[in-house]
Amino acid sequence: MKKITNLKEFACTPDRFQGGHRLCPGCAHSMIVREVVNATDDDLVISTATGCLEVCSAIYPYTSWDVSWIHVGFENAAAAISGAEAMYKALSRKDKLYNEDRRVKFVAFGGDGGTYDIGFQSLSGAVERGHDFLYVCLDNENYANTGGQRSSATPIGAHTSTSPRGRVSYGEKQKKKDITMIMAAHGAPYVATAVPSTKHWKDLATKAAKAISTVGPTFINALSPCTTEWKFKPEETTEIADLAVETCVFPLYEIEDGRKLRITYRPKDKLPVEEYLSKQGRFSHLFKPENKWIIEEWQKQVDDYWDYLQRREEAGV
Amino acid sequence: MAERYELKQKEVWDGNMAAAHALRQAQVDVVAAYPITPSTPIVQNYAQFLADGYVDGEFIMVESEHSAMSACVGAAAAGGRVATATSSQGYALMVEVLYQASGMRLPIVMTVVNRALASPLNIHGDHSDLYLGRDAGWIHIIANNPQEAYDLTLCAFRIGEDERVRLPVTTNQDGFLVSHTAQVVEPLQDEEAYKFIGEYKALNPMLDTKNPVTYGAQTEEEWHFEHKANQHKALMESFPVIEEVFNEFEKVSGRKYNVVETYKLDDADIALVLMGSAYETAMLAVDKAREEGIKVGLLMPRVFRPFPYNEVAEKLKNVKAIAALDRSAPMGTTGALYNEVAGALAAKGQSAIMTNYIYGLGGRDTTVEHILEVIRETEKNAKAGKRVTDLQGFINLRGPKLSFN
Ligand SMILES: Cc1ncc(C[n+]2csc(CCOP(=O)(O)OP(=O)(O)O)c2C)c(N)n1
Ligand code: SF4
Ligand SMILES: [Mg+2]
Repeated sequence: MKKITNLKEFACTPDRFQGGHRLCPGCAHSMIVREVVNATDDDLVISTATGCLEVCSAIYPYTSWDVSWIHVGFENAAAAISGAEAMYKALSRKDKLYNEDRRVKFVAFGGDGGTYDIGFQSLSGAVERGHDFLYVCLDNENYANTGGQRSSATPIGAHTSTSPRGRVSYGEKQKKKDITMIMAAHGAPYVATAVPSTKHWKDLATKAAKAISTVGPTFINALSPCTTEWKFKPEETTEIADLAVETCVFPLYEIEDGRKLRITYRPKDKLPVEEYLSKQGRFSHLFKPENKWIIEEWQKQVDDYWDYLQRREEAGV
Repeated sequence: MAERYELKQKEVWDGNMAAAHALRQAQVDVVAAYPITPSTPIVQNYAQFLADGYVDGEFIMVESEHSAMSACVGAAAAGGRVATATSSQGYALMVEVLYQASGMRLPIVMTVVNRALASPLNIHGDHSDLYLGRDAGWIHIIANNPQEAYDLTLCAFRIGEDERVRLPVTTNQDGFLVSHTAQVVEPLQDEEAYKFIGEYKALNPMLDTKNPVTYGAQTEEEWHFEHKANQHKALMESFPVIEEVFNEFEKVSGRKYNVVETYKLDDADIALVLMGSAYETAMLAVDKAREEGIKVGLLMPRVFRPFPYNEVAEKLKNVKAIAALDRSAPMGTTGALYNEVAGALAAKGQSAIMTNYIYGLGGRDTTVEHILEVIRETEKNAKAGKRVTDLQGFINLRGPKLSFN
């Protein structure tokens, strides 16, 4: 496992994900990806589901990837990486590896659409089969690449292009699906949540390093604030991520073997959810008097969940 | 090294067992598959070979055919030999990824046991799945019996992996009629078979991490057309390689395959064009018809994609009337084989009278007697010098006669 010490040193790791890609300025996807691919010194083979990251990072004849990389489709990043990982196993058994001296690790990236929704089956299958890979969900809570439609990661009340606020609608009606717990329930040896932020950079880097060095399928759900669809200023990305953590809207934790939960960061003074919601245009309508109950509902859900996590940690389960 | 499998000079295998042995002998590095009737036994046989130590590659039992083909793509791009098997609904579920596999020029081999597509659900043989994958950019080769299923699966690896081709290949056999019909098969011994196929030659493997590669990039209007045209070119120019491999295979096996197969066509006045196990039924019908004095021959495109249109036209240049038999519901037009043959003739200015027959859907029997009837009708057209029978007829269909003109 790569030792991650200080930010300066970490930031100076030679880039495996190069600039010049076409992600929006302030897009959190690239921050998460850079942290993950730099969290190991082993060589990498990466698969990426269709979505913002894929369409912005490999536009022929250019590529931002300085590691082996494949995009097959929207719903099959996990299946594709499981094939590549199986090939690695087969060739090492047959003494046919291309570079005997290099260790290769496997990572898949998918958006929330490619993970929670259309790619869920292939992710579940690959994890159940026990392939040795890390799957990172870039969770921006919508189908950003295709113009910000809802996904099952979209939280209640959010405005998206297919769950719009309107004269008779307050936006998304469903709660966000709890993908991290679902992946933990697969019995994966390691799952975690993470955010791209200056305050919690090490939390993400350490979790990525841990996940990559763990043998077997691992999963990280990384909240990825989306300046374009969440409607905040591009320079506010990490601040929004920090607020998600400080309000406990997106708590940072990890679970080993589906059984042992540990909270990796505990806000000193938990902020009210309004602090997080009010910063984003997608929630602006919630501050109208008739929608006050939704914010109350948000707060209740956040409190409940935070309480649940703490009880689990205390109980050592 | 995987254990050598002792094979007798003559084995009694059904098409599924034949295909499974071909995969085993190819020492495939990764097989990712999902079971579906009638190709399930290929997957089961392979699993047993693995359990008995005859396979040293990886075998992934994925959670769907979509993931099977996706894992095949990931594995092939990683840099090694890859294969799978499927039928019907499984094939349909794979379609998206079939295009991705060929677009990335990955020489995956898929042994397809052809079966009808639902609805209504039907587990028996017809060519609906093959036709569904027609434009997916794969090479499609047709096997009419277990021996051919075995032989052509060995050939498929060599064709697809050739540097001049680098395309995925399917070998097709009819559900049940071939897949579940045990016949005598003369296999090559393991070393011989592997020597014929050769070591896998990697091209831009992802696992050569010292030389990172990007697979599956985005190309829009500036480059997409060039990529697709190039892929088409590779298919169109694969004929010489296919022929070369068939010739090499003859040297090791004594069995000769041709891009276009014919039977008693040289002196024929009329011809039937068809693919699959019914071709063998039609051979018997031709023999009988010739006893009746009808000079009839057969033609089968052994390779359905790329379609050997020049050779098809050339071989049919002397016949007066042709019946093309399609084993798939044409759904609103004439059958695909009819269209291909008609196009091939038109390109050469040939004008044999052409008719289309639909047969064998969902495993419906097509007997020698049925084919004899087609021959007699085709002969009527040849004699009249114009089409006097229906443009599209239906063989052994129950209920009132169905025909289109
Ligand atoms: C099978 C299939 N269905 C739909 C699409 C269209 N599509 C491409 S990307 C995308 C949304 C991606 O959303 P997400 O996975 O959340 O990634 P993001 O762009 O938000 O990072 C959709 C709907 C597709 N490419 N393939
Ligand atoms: S739309 Fe959102 S996720 Fe997509 S590139 Fe822009 S900021 Fe990133
Ligand atoms: Mg998204």
